[in-house]
Amino acid sequence: MRRPARALRDDGTAGPPLDLRPIRKAGLRGLITILKERWDRPVFLALASVSLIALGLILFFIFREAAPILRETGLSGFFGTHWNPTGSPASYGALPMIAGSALVTVAALVLAIPLGFAAAAFIAEVAPRWMKDVAKSILELLAGVPSVIYGFFGLMIVAPAFQRAFGLSTGRTALTASVILGIMALPTIASLAEDALTAVPNSYREASMALGASRWQTIRRVTFPAAFSGLIGAAILGMGRAVGETMAVLMVAGNAPQITASLLRPVRTLTSAIALEMGETAMGSTHYHALFALGVVLLIIALVTNGLAEWFRGRLARKHGR
Amino acid sequence: MVTQDGATVTARSIDATRDWLERNLHSTSIIETERFGFFYGREQALREVSLGIPIDGVTAIMGPSGCGKSTLLRAFNRMNELYPNTRAEGTIRFLGQDLLKADPVAVRRHIGMVFQRPNPFPKSIFDNIAYGPRVHGIRHRAHLAELVEESLRRAALWDEVKDHLKKSALSLSGGQQQRLGIARALAVRPTVLLMDEPCSALDPKATDRIETTTRELAQELTVVIVTHNLQQAGRISDHVAVLLAGGVLAEFGSTRTVFASPFSEQVADYLSGRFG
Amino acid sequence: MIAQVTSEGQRRKRIAQRIAFALLTLSTVSAFVALGAILYSMISNGVSALSWQFLSEFPRKMMTEGGIYPALVGSLYLTVGAVLLSLPFAVASAIWLSAYSRGGLWVRVIRVGVNSLAGVPSIVFGLLGLAFFVKVLGLGVSLLAGALTLALLILPILIRAGEEALQAVPMNFREGALALGATKWHAVRTVVLPTAIPGILTGVILGVSRAIGETAPIMFTAAAFYMSRLPETLSDKVMALPYHIFVMATESPNYYKTRNLQFGAALVLLGMVLLMNLGAVTWRARVRRRKQW
Repeated sequence: MRRPARALRDDGTAGPPLDLRPIRKAGLRGLITILKERWDRPVFLALASVSLIALGLILFFIFREAAPILRETGLSGFFGTHWNPTGSPASYGALPMIAGSALVTVAALVLAIPLGFAAAAFIAEVAPRWMKDVAKSILELLAGVPSVIYGFFGLMIVAPAFQRAFGLSTGRTALTASVILGIMALPTIASLAEDALTAVPNSYREASMALGASRWQTIRRVTFPAAFSGLIGAAILGMGRAVGETMAVLMVAGNAPQITASLLRPVRTLTSAIALEMGETAMGSTHYHALFALGVVLLIIALVTNGLAEWFRGRLARKHGR
Repeated sequence: MVTQDGATVTARSIDATRDWLERNLHSTSIIETERFGFFYGREQALREVSLGIPIDGVTAIMGPSGCGKSTLLRAFNRMNELYPNTRAEGTIRFLGQDLLKADPVAVRRHIGMVFQRPNPFPKSIFDNIAYGPRVHGIRHRAHLAELVEESLRRAALWDEVKDHLKKSALSLSGGQQQRLGIARALAVRPTVLLMDEPCSALDPKATDRIETTTRELAQELTVVIVTHNLQQAGRISDHVAVLLAGGVLAEFGSTRTVFASPFSEQVADYLSGRFG
Repeated sequence: MIAQVTSEGQRRKRIAQRIAFALLTLSTVSAFVALGAILYSMISNGVSALSWQFLSEFPRKMMTEGGIYPALVGSLYLTVGAVLLSLPFAVASAIWLSAYSRGGLWVRVIRVGVNSLAGVPSIVFGLLGLAFFVKVLGLGVSLLAGALTLALLILPILIRAGEEALQAVPMNFREGALALGATKWHAVRTVVLPTAIPGILTGVILGVSRAIGETAPIMFTAAAFYMSRLPETLSDKVMALPYHIFVMATESPNYYKTRNLQFGAALVLLGMVLLMNLGAVTWRARVRRRKQW
């Protein structure tokens, strides 16, 4: 980034002693400066756009590979209640998987939301400093465990235990998947909820305590309501993660494509259907397109939950002026 | 000092610049603002400020907190633009050239700055001082060493640090860090040195050293200093500009005159410590 | 405190608080228990399988004996490839977001892009890899296709870590450099980036630990059930540890014979990931503590 000697002119009479002309008007010097010093903004902007390009590629290709399903089965065919791609006649109804994903996700959230919020409240409001750090580290470690390990743990330890406990023919059920998913969603929900609680200004707490409220009353009546939209954001993001989780569910949910409300029966989710069947389909077949269409459903759910969660979290930030 | 690769940190002496100013612009003001206003978003920080910073001596910008004095100072080297959503109106001329339309990087090469809080880079003392010259293309070790020594001497820090130039600048005391900041700014041989409340984080002894250094530097270049400390302004400045709330320039003149008999009542109140 | 006079209401309040806090503590402990249970089961069942041979040998006899060497190496290749492909873009994005953008539409758009990308399920990355890298670009099921897919997956993680690291560098430093006439890029290169490197490296470790454990994105893009040799070119298929664990656990012909091997492989993966995470977390804490500005 050298600034050449001609930036200084030493003939005091001819012109100003310093050349400060804006580079657009500085002739050749300006041009050289642009090439040498002003390449950075456009280059970095281009490189920073790679996430957008990646997102665009995902949208384009998933939709492109899914689109033929509209011609092959029609929308009503795709939203049918039977999924039997290898039967004759083959059917490609996605509702069993949608129902499976919904069941497993809702049950997982029933477990993870209370635990996550409570852990967040503990970390943000109750725990002393050192315990706070330990608890946060544990949540971070839990979030770092690969999903295939969760699946393996569920398959080898949890499923047999549930099979014995409930006297089932198989331990691979919606319940097992929900428990595993709940544990997996816990760190996401807890750490985002903790962010939300921490974002509540201390003056709120002080005002409440000054009125004689106990710390618990303050948490319940002041901090939680003030952080409400952030907490909702955390829950929604946790939901998005649970819906999109593949390996763990694939390994423990039992993978029967059926519509059921019973947690003790096996179900197949959107993600596990794709993971399970994509390897066995011919590229370009109706089955292949149908699996990509499941991907479209997943992608839409993921983007919508993500957007909603961001919106709620942003609303919290706006409300408290940060 | 021109190196093999053509880079330079030579600046013309203050006498030559004064000559040039008088001959070509018939003025002794190195920086002149005309109805200068500045906005952060919708908030107006400065209103129609018109003044001329004399090339000789120390000019102090004073005023109660939030009056825009730092904003005015940072307008002189275009540092305000680093914040989003800013807007300027009116003009600032530096040696007759439109500062607001100039290349900001070139401006900052000629107008150095010392910050309110000492901000040494997490590098060695030597590398801190050599940073500016390196930015301007000087690579030759001997030249750099020469510049480092010269700058540290001018900032009255050389004797304290000459034996450990390799040590981290963060190991220095606050006062030393601030003098390091002065030396760092001097190493590119600026024409004007801006100081943004340089002593606000320092104890009285360190403050005293900075003030002495500042007086000495004023022999060689133009110094503009922002301060909210009346005694300090009285001690070190030759000229003083007083801004009042809302970014209005209330008074500008020689320090002695302004302090002795301010025109405006508000300034008199401010100077007598009744508010601000 | 005024006196020891406690009204009935106050006592009830205190009891309620004690119960509530106990429940909050218990919930936090449940996370600890879950982590402990996973760790305990992997260690108690898998530690007996660990040996130097386990780590350095190919699987034998239809994967009922032998080690996990090719899966380890394959995972290493995929992960290193993904980080190398992703990191330059991530750092550049972080630099742009933290130093160049001055608010405005582009920042919001790119931020939405990064956040959305972070929320895309990993299996969908696998679908993209299959449709784009494998099919359209003609890379086939290969190391390169898998590494590219994983690179996209960890991109938002690295960007966020990089941005956080860059933002932690005080504005002071950048202003100091700019006031000396440095261009923005010069200030970033000589002052901001060097200061941010520990933080960026922490992010890299987290990215690696995420990439090494991912299964869904490589299932259709890179992973092989079994290979008798190590991958030699970028267009070879690879074995990968998480996929190996999945296959062994769900499709193993002889469950009882391989149970020990499966736990061993899972323990190795979990151990690597947890150690990396632990390392990153403690290192980050140390860097933050030692920070002098």
